[in-house]
Amino acid sequence: MADLAAVPVPRSTGLAPTVLGGIGRVVEHHWRWYRRNWRATAVSTVLQPLLFLLAFGVGFGALVGSGPNAAAATGGVPYLVWLAPALLAMSAAQSAAFESTYPVLSGFKWQRIYLAMAAGPLTGAQIGLGVLGWIGLKMLGAGAVYVLVIAAFGGITGPGIVVSLLAAVLTGLAVSSLVAAFSATVENEGTAFSALFRFVVIPMTLFSGTFFPVDRLPAVIRPLAWVSPLWHGTEIARGAALGTWRLLPTLGHLAVLLALLVLGATLVARLFTRRLAA
Amino acid sequence: MSDALVQARGLRKSFGEVEAVRGIDVDVARGEVFGFLGPNGAGKSSTMRMIACVSPRSGGTLSVLGMDPGPDGPRIRARIGVVPQLDNLDAELSVRENLEIYGRYFGLPRRHVRAKADELLEFARLTERAGDRVEELSGGMKRRLTIARSLVNDPELLLLDEPTTGLDPQARHLLWDRLYRLKREGVTQIVTTHYMDEAEQLCDRLVVMDGGVVAAEGSPAELIGRYSTREVLELRFLPERRPSAGELGRHADRVEELPDRFLLYTADGERTLGDVAAAGFVPLSSLVRRSSLEDVFLRLTGRTLVD
Ligand SMILES: Nc1ncnc2c1ncn2[C@@H]1O[C@H](COP(=O)(O)OP(=O)(O)OP(=O)(O)O)[C@@H](O)[C@H]1O
Ligand SMILES: [Mg+2]
Repeated sequence: MADLAAVPVPRSTGLAPTVLGGIGRVVEHHWRWYRRNWRATAVSTVLQPLLFLLAFGVGFGALVGSGPNAAAATGGVPYLVWLAPALLAMSAAQSAAFESTYPVLSGFKWQRIYLAMAAGPLTGAQIGLGVLGWIGLKMLGAGAVYVLVIAAFGGITGPGIVVSLLAAVLTGLAVSSLVAAFSATVENEGTAFSALFRFVVIPMTLFSGTFFPVDRLPAVIRPLAWVSPLWHGTEIARGAALGTWRLLPTLGHLAVLLALLVLGATLVARLFTRRLAA
Repeated sequence: MSDALVQARGLRKSFGEVEAVRGIDVDVARGEVFGFLGPNGAGKSSTMRMIACVSPRSGGTLSVLGMDPGPDGPRIRARIGVVPQLDNLDAELSVRENLEIYGRYFGLPRRHVRAKADELLEFARLTERAGDRVEELSGGMKRRLTIARSLVNDPELLLLDEPTTGLDPQARHLLWDRLYRLKREGVTQIVTTHYMDEAEQLCDRLVVMDGGVVAAEGSPAELIGRYSTREVLELRFLPERRPSAGELGRHADRVEELPDRFLLYTADGERTLGDVAAAGFVPLSSLVRRSSLEDVFLRLTGRTLVD
């Protein structure tokens, strides 16, 4: 070791990131992945809205028709126009739930890319929030495609749909943050995820006022909607698209979504940190 | 400033009831190559992960690059390179993308990262596979990529947890050569391995861990001098003519009984062989060799010892 005294001390080129910088690096990793693998998801991104609008907007819409009952529920607009912004929110919530389960567990357990990130200068919180950021961006892109498909079906009546899109992304982020926090605690996917989808995600998509107004539900079930982020998101998205929103209720829905997102993001930061520090 | 790049005092790690590391003292000097040896479950990886600032310690003190892994984890991790025991590459990205994206974590500019990736691909002999997805690589190629990736930020301290497991002999020798060159450049290294020849080749100093504690510490030569004799006589017998360890023990300082052979520790192997033959024990085969770390390891980690 004697000769080592003469050797200059090497300097590392690595730097610890700022909080936002770290989040950005995680997003960049996912973007790299997407650039290489986008083809696999592109078809379903277009096909999914196509199928939903065909089945429910056109098919089911014909059944609903424009009778007095339907008109009372939709406020007089065609069913497709009434449904489309809600489908946008529902699709965001669903893909958010999916993107925050298996892929997140894989990052911890199978591919373990979060472990690789944590071995570098990123923190658990930056990794978790970066994952949320990426899911948000992806929902924005998929939602934009959804809007184009809606337009092709003639389901758009004005520029309010852009606000619907933003509301859908916010809804998705709230869902995503809560689900990703849950996934960070799952050791064995076994029944955890199927139970989540069966008992939380599917009921949420059915009873959040997507296909029919919540006030058509029996009074005992109605509170289910109030705790559902999707219902709050649907109310904003639909109100914006149809121009029927009122200030106070909309602010209320927005506040609920933001509160859920803050709660979820806080849990994500904590639980990712805990899991990565075994 | 102290010259200890890593300093641990009474370092402990427990997982619930399991005490993986039970109070170890370690000093790694700048520029040194330091080894952790020990049987499976000895606590080597747990120690490495604490030094790598990914696993919080359960007790004791630890300083890495003069900082505390608790509050300074990200700043320390920015300056070290880590090869974990299990690869954690992104299997769905290409070989090159894995290197580039990893460099980006460290805040390196894209252009720098591209040039660095070229250099590291060459180092890992993966230039031809640069565009392939990682999942298409063989196990040893993935290992080489993981090792290359750990160098992306030109680390001052390199932590290698069983780096050569799964590598073919040629790749192992290439890695040894590269690690030696990094050492010449002043990069401090901490290595764990189950290959004693590797430890002897690479390490200036090492500790043998067992059951979460340090069983011995020193340079390979010191450890051999302290825990073994100069020479070892290896004897194999036909099963029906196999003597007991006790009978052989009279002719050597120490006898180690392995399933297939006896190891007789002695200063002069040829003479001991003569003594054994004179006592009427005729081995099927015999071999006299110099003591190695393997012998130290056998002695320290509690195989059936017969003195
Ligand atoms: N994440 C964990 N959770 C619970 N126990 C753990 C965890 N990691 C390690 N252990 C336990 O700690 C002990 C030491 O494990 P460690 O991985 O440090 O050993 P090692 O010396 O690296 O062994 P090997 O040579 O097999 O890699 C073992 O008993 C192991 O079961
Ligand atoms: Mg290990």
